[in-house]
Amino acid sequence: MAELFVGREDEFEDRGRKVIAHGDLEIGVFFVDGGFYAYENKCVHQGGPVCQGRILNRVVEMISDDKTSQGLAWSEDDVHIVCPWHGYEFNLKTGVHPGYKNARLRPFEVKLKDGEVYVVT
Amino acid sequence: MDSGVEQTRELPQEITTKTDTRDILARETQYQIDKGFRDWTIVDVDAHHSEMSSWREVVEYLDDPILKHYAHEFQARTGGAPGLSNHMPGLRYQDAGGRIPHQTHIGEKVEDDSVHRDVTLMRRSMDAMGLDHQILFPGNLLQLGTHPQPRVEAQLALAYNRWVCERILPMDDRVKTLLYLPISEPDMCMKIIKEFGENPNVSGFMITAVRYKPVHHNQFIPIYRELEERGLPLAFHAGLTWGDDWMKQLDLFISMHAISFVLCNIVHMTNWIIHGMQERFPKLDVIWIESGLAWLAFLMQRLDSEYLMRPSEAPLLKKLPSEYMADMFYTCQPIETSNMALTEETFKAVNAETQLLYASDWPHWDFNPPSTIYDLPFLDEQAKRNILGENAVKLFGIDTKKRKTA
Repeated sequence: MAELFVGREDEFEDRGRKVIAHGDLEIGVFFVDGGFYAYENKCVHQGGPVCQGRILNRVVEMISDDKTSQGLAWSEDDVHIVCPWHGYEFNLKTGVHPGYKNARLRPFEVKLKDGEVYVVT
Repeated sequence: MDSGVEQTRELPQEITTKTDTRDILARETQYQIDKGFRDWTIVDVDAHHSEMSSWREVVEYLDDPILKHYAHEFQARTGGAPGLSNHMPGLRYQDAGGRIPHQTHIGEKVEDDSVHRDVTLMRRSMDAMGLDHQILFPGNLLQLGTHPQPRVEAQLALAYNRWVCERILPMDDRVKTLLYLPISEPDMCMKIIKEFGENPNVSGFMITAVRYKPVHHNQFIPIYRELEERGLPLAFHAGLTWGDDWMKQLDLFISMHAISFVLCNIVHMTNWIIHGMQERFPKLDVIWIESGLAWLAFLMQRLDSEYLMRPSEAPLLKKLPSEYMADMFYTCQPIETSNMALTEETFKAVNAETQLLYASDWPHWDFNPPSTIYDLPFLDEQAKRNILGENAVKLFGIDTKKRKTA
């Protein structure tokens, strides 16, 4: 088990990130809604650099009580990372694809010490 | 004293439209090294460049002085380079609203001006994906078969063919093409085959499958006969369209893309099989490009079932439609793998070990790197080597002495 230094806490803005490499292992560390989350920079689809994709809120469709569609909107709660190779999306807080729970990013524990951010591998 | 904290290096936070192709694909490069298949022969039978970015150059190759005048005027008055083409702006959803940065606008820096920019971009993708050879196709011209003016389609096809053979292909001897045949104008097709049929950079010819012409019609027969006599393969390259009545019901890009890329090849394949084209041209190598693979098992069983009940409507057939289909060639991309058991059965049905050809479709949004084939759990090493390169080497007679550098 090793601890990898990522950066200082105050370097992360909301929805900010750092992507680090240690040998062949690449890890993305994200700061979302006051929490840190870390995942391997390897998409479960075809191995793309998922942590270096765009961060966008989840798209939701608004369905009325009568079941008619009222169009699309940005989710107010769910923030996604989008793999830049093919567009697979994952919830940044859970690492899980919105429609296929078996597609999930490999998570890593994040440790905070004296204002510094580490991931445990 | 060991602090227990390991040293790391920081990578770019985000891949954008300006990121170098080699950086976008760096994970594939490393994966090939880690797994030990980077030195295998890998042939990419379907990659693309953006000919619309060079459209001002392409139209200079138009023979017709009046069309050339129109092309100049379109550019001068509207500011839009793709004048004369039938490019559909609605198809710009390819990048999923900016989520996938490697197709719609390739803005990476290219400093080498000794060759065309497209050549540098191709070389970068080949280096990153460990490719020995690449078959190059245009992009937006894949919709040109629906141009309302068949004569304009034919003239543009000739101009593009001349441009790509003069400006792009001679710059790198590991890049070839299957040249565009505008079959709406058979005389032009014959002219193109005669002009380019012996060009060492032309490995065969290609019909864009987004078109509404029955491919078995008698007017096209001389084209197929000429290709068979010359020993040149014929490819049907699928594409997308929002323009026909079925696709107009699909009001999202995902839906239209999923169906239209398959539908056009299903229609052409059905005509090709039922009208006995494989019996008429038994030595013509036919390749079906970019419809994925899942449609094949469906169509094989569907046509077999119908043929067995109605053989009088397909009197040229001497075996089952599925058997003819298994004699032809297919590119793998975009491969469907959400149900691996179905994928494996499809591979068996099409004799993938000898008939399947690796294709990246780079830089398009649904590309497949070579690792997609390497990682399939049901293939042995020889089957993987065949699909990734050996089958294409045999089909196109590729010179294997010209290879990637280590």
